[in-house]
Amino acid sequence: MKPKFLIGGAVIVLALGYLIWAGVTQSAVYFVTPSELSAAPVTGKAYRLGGLVERGTLKWEPATLDLTFSITDGKTHVPVRHKGAPPDLFGEGRGAVVEGQWTSDGYFKATQILAKHSEEYKAPHDAKEAQSRGLIKTLEKGER
Amino acid sequence: MIPEAGTGALLVALVLALYGATAAAIGGRRGRPALIESAQHAALGVFALITAGVLLLVYAFLTFDFSVRYVANNTNLGTPFYYRITSLWGALEGSIVLWAWMLSIYTLIVILRHRTSARELYPWALSVMLSVMAFFLLVMTVAAPVFARLTPVPGDGRGLNPLLEDSGMITHPVALYLGFTGFTVPFAFAVAALITGRVGDFWITTTRRWTIVAWYFLSLGLLIGGWWSYHVLGWGGYWAWDPVENAAFMPWLTGTALLHSVMIQERRRMLRLWNIALVMLTFGLTLFGTFLTRSGVIASVHAFSQGSIGIFFLSFLALVVLAGLGLIALRWDALAAQGELDSVVSRESAFLLNNVLLVAATFTVFFGTVFPLLAEAVRDTKVSVGAPFFNQVNVPLFLALIFLMGVGPLIAWRRASLENLRRNFLMPVLVGIVAAAVIRLLGVSSILAVVSLALTVFVAATIGVDLTRATRARLKMGEPALPALGGLLLRHNRRYGGFIVHFAILVVCVGVTGSQAWSVHTETTLKRGEETALGGYTIRFDGLRESQESNHGKVTGTFTVVNGGRAAGTVLEPAKKFYPQEQSPIAYVDYRLGLLDDIYLVLGDFARDGTSATVKFQVNRMVSWIWIGGLVLTLGTVLAILPERRRTS
Repeated sequence: MKPKFLIGGAVIVLALGYLIWAGVTQSAVYFVTPSELSAAPVTGKAYRLGGLVERGTLKWEPATLDLTFSITDGKTHVPVRHKGAPPDLFGEGRGAVVEGQWTSDGYFKATQILAKHSEEYKAPHDAKEAQSRGLIKTLEKGER
Repeated sequence: MIPEAGTGALLVALVLALYGATAAAIGGRRGRPALIESAQHAALGVFALITAGVLLLVYAFLTFDFSVRYVANNTNLGTPFYYRITSLWGALEGSIVLWAWMLSIYTLIVILRHRTSARELYPWALSVMLSVMAFFLLVMTVAAPVFARLTPVPGDGRGLNPLLEDSGMITHPVALYLGFTGFTVPFAFAVAALITGRVGDFWITTTRRWTIVAWYFLSLGLLIGGWWSYHVLGWGGYWAWDPVENAAFMPWLTGTALLHSVMIQERRRMLRLWNIALVMLTFGLTLFGTFLTRSGVIASVHAFSQGSIGIFFLSFLALVVLAGLGLIALRWDALAAQGELDSVVSRESAFLLNNVLLVAATFTVFFGTVFPLLAEAVRDTKVSVGAPFFNQVNVPLFLALIFLMGVGPLIAWRRASLENLRRNFLMPVLVGIVAAAVIRLLGVSSILAVVSLALTVFVAATIGVDLTRATRARLKMGEPALPALGGLLLRHNRRYGGFIVHFAILVVCVGVTGSQAWSVHTETTLKRGEETALGGYTIRFDGLRESQESNHGKVTGTFTVVNGGRAAGTVLEPAKKFYPQEQSPIAYVDYRLGLLDDIYLVLGDFARDGTSATVKFQVNRMVSWIWIGGLVLTLGTVLAILPERRRTS
């Protein structure tokens, strides 16, 4: 091998390494539960918050497109605000992952809602069996 | 009865495949034609038995035989006729059946085409193909038995996942799996070359068309998958860097690299080792893709199922990698002997750089896909990288690849002279620069979009330069214009097939660039009769209506385009579908496709009395170019695999 090809190869490897490193540091999104987020919220950091939509907290204002709800893991809950209609598969008592940021005003500002049902395809009568524990497990696995 | 017959057929097929693989190998080693012939019969038997299995399964679906678990899980009494057939590959077990069936078809065609033409490699290639076959049959009978019984027999099934009730789901898996399984053929011949020690160029020329066919179907599968995502999922995009998309994209990238690197070996006797490694990598990635998709290791929209299947695929993958490395080590001396690059400015090095960039892109996609798994294993944090990572890392690589797409086909072999560069590239470069200026002046602010479009124009100009030059040469010989062009394409079908495929990629590139740079979207709640405007279009909400379909209820919103050129007057009817087996409604997108932009509506929430509805309103620019690119791609591929006629004149 001629040296210029070795140098060329090294340049490419270094450039690629830099691209990947910069990409990871800029676009890493951390998956957290409400407990983990409440313990140490960092304002402005990108999170995916996963849990259940707490019953009795879902409010949807069609006129202003304001969607507010709380995400809970059974121990603690985090208030979430979003602009836009609730997506399919989204509802109280169901699992959801919201992507967004913690704001200094004390709520989680969602940019995207990824509603999920458990990944195993289920008949309707099974649906109620999906308790929060199993569902959260599914969600975490999905977001690894 | 049906399940037992099906299971039996697959078990016998497994035994036959194992026998055939062994017989072909022994026949190849000892030079016994009778054994090889026997292996061929075994392959024929495998095909017949799997076909029987497929037909039995289809029959079970058509007759609603809910005693078969797979049928009960993927269909119900309301499932429409066509989807009862395509339910066959609606979930894990059936898609493995589809895979094996296609592999058995490929195996038959290999037998028909190569049993006399490739005497030395053929027995071993047959043996490898039957071994891969045996693996899938093992999965089908042990890990994911498709004919498993369900007791007690339910009165009705669960039904197909509603998202899969779409025409895209009829063709997407078929195309994708034809691509995946197609790469088994070059892999089999590469292994045969290593075993026999004939690591020269014969296996490459033998499998050239196979690689193109596999690559084409994989491309088609990816494009149809994008179309499905675009018009079914209702997010207005066609590519999300979802792990499952990445799983299919990685072998596409290495397959693309392979298509180019084999040309260097054919022409310059270089890159032997690289080509063997690339074939193995591509085949390995198809297995890895199935592992990712089907093991439930990374959940996503496609991963509807889980099972013990992961360990099967991982073991087989490990076996393939180890055997591959062992064989390469065995033939190291023969593989390493090769020509050297003469100059950095040459076609060889342009192709080499193309390969390096494609493999680099593969690595970044792989890294981003498994990164969450790595992060969890190493640091126990759940962290993932999304679309921004993949875009940020891959866009520079892809832009460089497009640039090379213009350089590679025209630059001289060995060492390009200044005269060669000037003759081929002066005009295209100037055209590209002018294009950049014009696009900028037209008001395109995104630098990325300007660079991408200018590069596209540059590459198109290089194709134009080559075509005009060659046609002109024929015109001078006195041929009329159109026959001259047609004759040129047919005589040099491989070269111009390649150019047309390149052009298809350019068309797709324009679509991707345009949709990323200029698409606009909004979300709003409209009262009946109220209007909203976006991107040059105004829509009016005209009300809601309810209806009952064969297997679901439906609430349809009516929206009329009241303002927007030729689109004015179009009525769009996005809906929400309510399936009894689903916990939630499923959005049904409606759209009006156009060459420059699509109007795309998704019904969100609505008032029960029908007086108001929330709607996602998108104007997606130039997305249609991506689908048109797929059509052009088909043309180019067909031209490229036609038998070469150049030498016969």
